[in-house]
Amino acid sequence: MTDLAQSQVRVEHGGGTRRDFLILSAGALGAVGAAISVWPFIDSMNPARDTLALSTTEVDLTPIQVGQRLTVAWRGKPVFIDRRTPDEIKAAQDVDVSSLRDPQKDSDRVKKPEWLVVVGVCTHLGCIPLGQKPGDDRGSFGGWFCPCHGSVYDTSARIRQGPAPTNLPVPPYDFTADTAIKIG
Amino acid sequence: MAVSQPGVPAGSSSTPASLPGSGHGRLVRWIDHRLPVISFLEHELTAYPTPVNLNYWWNFGSLAGIILVIMIVTGVVLAMHYTPHASLAFDSVERIMRDVNYGWLLRYVHMNGASMFFLIVYIHMFRGLYYGSYKYPRELLWILGVVILLLMMATAFLGYVLPWGQMSYWAATVITNMFSAVPLVGDSIVTLLWGGFTVGNPTLNRFYSLHYVLPFVIVAVVGLHLVALHQHGSNNPLGIERRGPQDSIPFHPYYTIKDMFGLSVFLIVFAVFVFYLPNFLGHPDNYIPANPMVTPPHIVPEWYFLPFYAILRSVPDKLLGVVLMFGAVLILFLVPWLDTSPVRSARFRPVYRWVSWLLPADAIVLGWVGANPPSGAFVVIGQIATFYYFFHFLILMPLLGKIERPRPLPISIGAAVLAAGPPVPAAAPMERR
Amino acid sequence: MFRSIVAAALVAGLALVGGTAGTARAEGDAPHPPHQKWSFDGVFGTYDRAAMQRGFQVYKEVCAACHGVKHLYFRDLAQIGYSEDQVKGIAAQVQVTDGPNDSGEMFQRPARPSDPIPGPFANDQAARAANNGALPVDLSLIAKARVSGPDYVFALLTGYKDPPAGVKMNPNMYFNEYYPGHQIAMPPPLNPDQVKYADGTPGSVPQMARDLVSFLAWAAEPTLEERHRAGFKVILFLIVVTGVFYAAKRKIWSRIQH
Repeated sequence: MTDLAQSQVRVEHGGGTRRDFLILSAGALGAVGAAISVWPFIDSMNPARDTLALSTTEVDLTPIQVGQRLTVAWRGKPVFIDRRTPDEIKAAQDVDVSSLRDPQKDSDRVKKPEWLVVVGVCTHLGCIPLGQKPGDDRGSFGGWFCPCHGSVYDTSARIRQGPAPTNLPVPPYDFTADTAIKIG
Repeated sequence: MAVSQPGVPAGSSSTPASLPGSGHGRLVRWIDHRLPVISFLEHELTAYPTPVNLNYWWNFGSLAGIILVIMIVTGVVLAMHYTPHASLAFDSVERIMRDVNYGWLLRYVHMNGASMFFLIVYIHMFRGLYYGSYKYPRELLWILGVVILLLMMATAFLGYVLPWGQMSYWAATVITNMFSAVPLVGDSIVTLLWGGFTVGNPTLNRFYSLHYVLPFVIVAVVGLHLVALHQHGSNNPLGIERRGPQDSIPFHPYYTIKDMFGLSVFLIVFAVFVFYLPNFLGHPDNYIPANPMVTPPHIVPEWYFLPFYAILRSVPDKLLGVVLMFGAVLILFLVPWLDTSPVRSARFRPVYRWVSWLLPADAIVLGWVGANPPSGAFVVIGQIATFYYFFHFLILMPLLGKIERPRPLPISIGAAVLAAGPPVPAAAPMERR
Repeated sequence: MFRSIVAAALVAGLALVGGTAGTARAEGDAPHPPHQKWSFDGVFGTYDRAAMQRGFQVYKEVCAACHGVKHLYFRDLAQIGYSEDQVKGIAAQVQVTDGPNDSGEMFQRPARPSDPIPGPFANDQAARAANNGALPVDLSLIAKARVSGPDYVFALLTGYKDPPAGVKMNPNMYFNEYYPGHQIAMPPPLNPDQVKYADGTPGSVPQMARDLVSFLAWAAEPTLEERHRAGFKVILFLIVVTGVFYAAKRKIWSRIQH
């Protein structure tokens, strides 16, 4: 093999650039082809067409009394709907926004002050906060309390205490009637 | 350090000579000193000494390895979307075809990939038969190959059942019922395979599990196949051992680039099937959901099983038919001992050179018979072809080795290459006789 | 070279055996359906949107009385050229069962684009009971589930004839030249001008059959256009790659006598 190695070196010296160019383009084309063919495998793991088609949920709000909370499923996640009492609305509106970790005015988080609609997934590590059932611990701000790592949300579902970095997000929704919404 | 000598394991890389050369950085040398993967790859892939005179028939081994990887990767991703339940399987496959991003591509690649895999492996086996690659000292290499073929057949059958269409269901029924030919315990075996009183949901579940695991067993046996190959190196079209450094070249870059070229030619053929004839090799009835109450009027296996199916049907006796069908594969295990010729390559065997082509011809006749209803002339032709299949291995092979007078062998590969004429390096001198 | 040719012939032979295996069987004594020209044939084949919409109308007004298309969703209709609002409108005309609601009962509501297109019968038993014991097959995959599917469906729809002298027909059966065994339980489904096309196309039986086949071919293989487009690019790329690899191989091997 020593002979071979030597002969190889010899040819490479006299070889010229055409050979280098060919080998380089062969390698490049092979790499491009391999890279492109990876995409279908990755994209197949993205949500399929049927999953995307199911991305809206319609909710009839009529049965919810003042002070009651309702959980509905949207894209497989819980959405918290809270028909807030006047006190809760006032508490949410009176907060000094600049003192918040994720500053947002209550009016930016609701379409009608009486109805708060948020995705009920803690922004820390994805647990479902307590507060939907009447006996639940709602935390010291009367909103929601996440049992996993102790994040506390207020009556506008903004983060007030604990490790969560941001407020509970508001999903895209519209009022299709006075007491009906379509999420998504 | 030239050609690996018989008896010296080419895989042992503990000698200092096999450490990566000075071209590597410190990190590579640090790793390699503790985990010799780099020097292993250099020894077994980059510098691996390969006969200088391999022709394109030798492309099919690496091609088979690549299609195995393609099948496993597409299969793993398809399994993410497939549901192995009798009432959901068919619909989940249709969901893959319609709703999953590129699902149609993954499925058609996997579906046609099975056909391509068999095509490649059959050609690879024929190359082995033609050039006597199974002879001393490569008997176990060949036997491991036959084990891979058996595992592939099992995997292909199990996978064919998963879409749970009419052909899936009835293929599962017919194949599992073959075991009922076993005397005394046949029916118990079949019930055990089914997990019920017919092919049903338990059957589908276990077939899915086995279809997922067997390919990894194939990978393991392929590993052994490669270890056995590298022990003595590749055979070559002349069928004589390498005598010195002039007979060998390093695998890289010579055979890497040749294999890449072969791969891209193959991918064109594959792509034509996947994109323009995706259902050409399949059967329309498998787009009808499984119905345990109705058997399709003509059930036939996929093309790669047709010759064996024809052997099964050409025998009027149930047990004997099943025995002959399995025997048609198992007989391959004995080939290294059935062939008594002292010469490997058919190129130097004036009679066997032609006789070896009769086997694939016979297989095509059997395949054609297997595709047609078992009536009239097909029965007789099928019986003659079945007879020839076994005659070829059991009579012709041993007899020809004894009575045929081989032509004189060249002294060495290098001598034969030089004799063929140095001024025309691009032509394939080995093809001249 | 000689060997390469033989090898190629061998491969071709194997492929042919595999391929003709599909056509040589499963037809009973019915003649092979004559080949029609379809817009989706060939390397650049695409579906004809107008024909598919007419075909969907034929399906809706004629076939849907007995046959379902269970693998199709209303949202899929956007692919045959309807706008999002048109799809919503088509879906809203159909009532589907949903539930259970908060009081635990199933209820009817207008369909949404994300709903599957509902079939005419609740289950196979109900379908048989309504059709003298015959089961109307689901049509979503019919164009792929028969040999020469589109040609076969067209031939079947236009293949009704009076039974030849001497053929004894079973009760409630109709003679069809292209149906295996010739006795089919489905009455001739298409009659001239049965469907009034919105675009003014005359509703002759072959016209309706052709349109319906266009729709059903798409229903069986909705990704065909994407497949054809991708295939062209992939094969073109591979041909370039093959050329470069071959040149590189020649160059690398030029220093070796072999």
